[in-house]
Amino acid sequence: MIVSVASGKGGTGKTTVAASLTTVWDGPLVAVDLDVEEPNLHLFLRPTVEGREAAHLEIPVLDQSRCTYCGTCSDLCQFKAISVMGKLVLIFPEMCHGCGGCLAICPEKALSPGQRELGEISWGRAGGAQFLMGRLRVGEAMSPPFMRLVKAKLDEMLAASPGDAILDAPPGVSCPAVNAVIDSDVIILVTEPTPFGFHDFQLAWEAFAPLGKPMGTVVNRAGLGSKDLYGFCRDKGLPILAEIPFDRAIAEAYARGRVIADVSPQLRETFVSLRGVIRDLAGRSRPGEVAHA
Amino acid sequence: MREIVIISGKGGTGKTSITGVFAHLAKNKVICDLDVDAPDLHLLLHPSKERVEEFHSGYQARIDKDSCTQCGVCAPMCRFGAIREDEDGFSVDPLRCEGCKVCVAFCPAEAVRFTQKHCGQWYVSSTRFGPLVHAQLFPGGENSGRLVMVLKQQAQEIAKAKGLDLVLCDGAPGIGCPVISSLSGTHLAVAVTEPTPSGMHDLERVAELCNHFQIGFSVIINKCDLNPDEAARIEAYCLAHSYPVLASLPHDPVFTRAMVKGLVVTELPETELSRELVRTWTRVEEMARRVP
Repeated sequence: MIVSVASGKGGTGKTTVAASLTTVWDGPLVAVDLDVEEPNLHLFLRPTVEGREAAHLEIPVLDQSRCTYCGTCSDLCQFKAISVMGKLVLIFPEMCHGCGGCLAICPEKALSPGQRELGEISWGRAGGAQFLMGRLRVGEAMSPPFMRLVKAKLDEMLAASPGDAILDAPPGVSCPAVNAVIDSDVIILVTEPTPFGFHDFQLAWEAFAPLGKPMGTVVNRAGLGSKDLYGFCRDKGLPILAEIPFDRAIAEAYARGRVIADVSPQLRETFVSLRGVIRDLAGRSRPGEVAHA
Repeated sequence: MREIVIISGKGGTGKTSITGVFAHLAKNKVICDLDVDAPDLHLLLHPSKERVEEFHSGYQARIDKDSCTQCGVCAPMCRFGAIREDEDGFSVDPLRCEGCKVCVAFCPAEAVRFTQKHCGQWYVSSTRFGPLVHAQLFPGGENSGRLVMVLKQQAQEIAKAKGLDLVLCDGAPGIGCPVISSLSGTHLAVAVTEPTPSGMHDLERVAELCNHFQIGFSVIINKCDLNPDEAARIEAYCLAHSYPVLASLPHDPVFTRAMVKGLVVTELPETELSRELVRTWTRVEEMARRVP
């Protein structure tokens, strides 16, 4: 089972929920940080890193001696990454989406695969769980292709050691966020009942509902703001899976880098019970079902 | 004309609440919400839309079932895994399609249609604080970087036409495409951070990004009393890198109370916090003026 922890608005507590769920999970698990622009899960889980590798996107490299300046490549490229002007070919690696079209279409085979570094993937262990994260290179604009590579690494880890995965997704409701959750079995939307939280929550629901995946809500900082969120969830049939109260002590514990499931027995119980309802929501009642498959 | 962008790296640090305050305090400005993915500034400013424009960007492939010969050439060529095969034959998953046109170019039966995508809307509005340029991408849409560029350009044109000398922008969280676009050509980035491990970590990454693009960088530490030790570490970090810390603001539920009322904090009865926010804006303005 792959559980995505997502949100529309940033800072609602995605990482808090992902870290706490990891801490209370009761079967083989990979905790994955897919918020590759600003990965934070490691700050709370403090994993030991066992391996790291650079992740690359395939981009075209020109062999000038073969090029006839026919412009077929630049005509195809939808991202303005290749431009042919007279006898000058300009390649803009940072614009390339890595579709491979120019490499495949060049009639002279004048383009060969090169690389652009997207970021670094690292993995290791955090307590009883495996850990995986992607960290986008600063200055790199495109997170979705990098997230695909992090997810390919996850597939590899799950194939070698079957179990569940918890994905800490990026905030927002556009391509990176949808890309993050698209392959998961269940989506947990973390929100706060403030006007900003509720507004972005509705956008997130609109973005993720078409994926047709089981979805539920975790209300963080419950008690703050208004009740509008609850009415919306009722209307849309979105179950409230857990509520974490608005409490300065929780905010301070978070600010000190603590996993909030470890802050009090009540909070731990909240996440143990959340673990159960997530399994129910995904239609899998037995922990470790995937592990034994 | 000066352009100031409020960013944060980490989400939820108070970026939009503080931008709302600055929108109240700044004179002669155009306000611009560049968080086109999950915009919230309008919840404080209650814009009345005066101009609505469609935003089209990128293309979308679609297989015409009648022309498709089921040869399957397209599927392995798609690097985005967007081509699916089921009992009805081949089709394109719109959520995975990158609009690269490879399937269109290589389909021997010319069965792939390629149409422009309607990704969202953008608006020019009036608000009680002045003109606002803002947008909404359709949820699940893409290419927010391009939409950010459109908004910035509009805001600058309005500023020129009305003789205003400031564009004040609310940015997006993160360091990717929309944030990079929002920093392009900006005079000053103000990062709102918080004294938490995530706040510090993400601040370092936005600072690096601003250095990369040679944008003036300054910092506001919000919720500074949540962890005074971490707040001190952030101050030391900023000092070491010569990033001015323009304010250290307390964690105060008044920001949420104002938000619930649809107001900004400086519109509520005066408190020490609101006075500090007024002083903070003066420092931001001075800083923006000094940047070359």
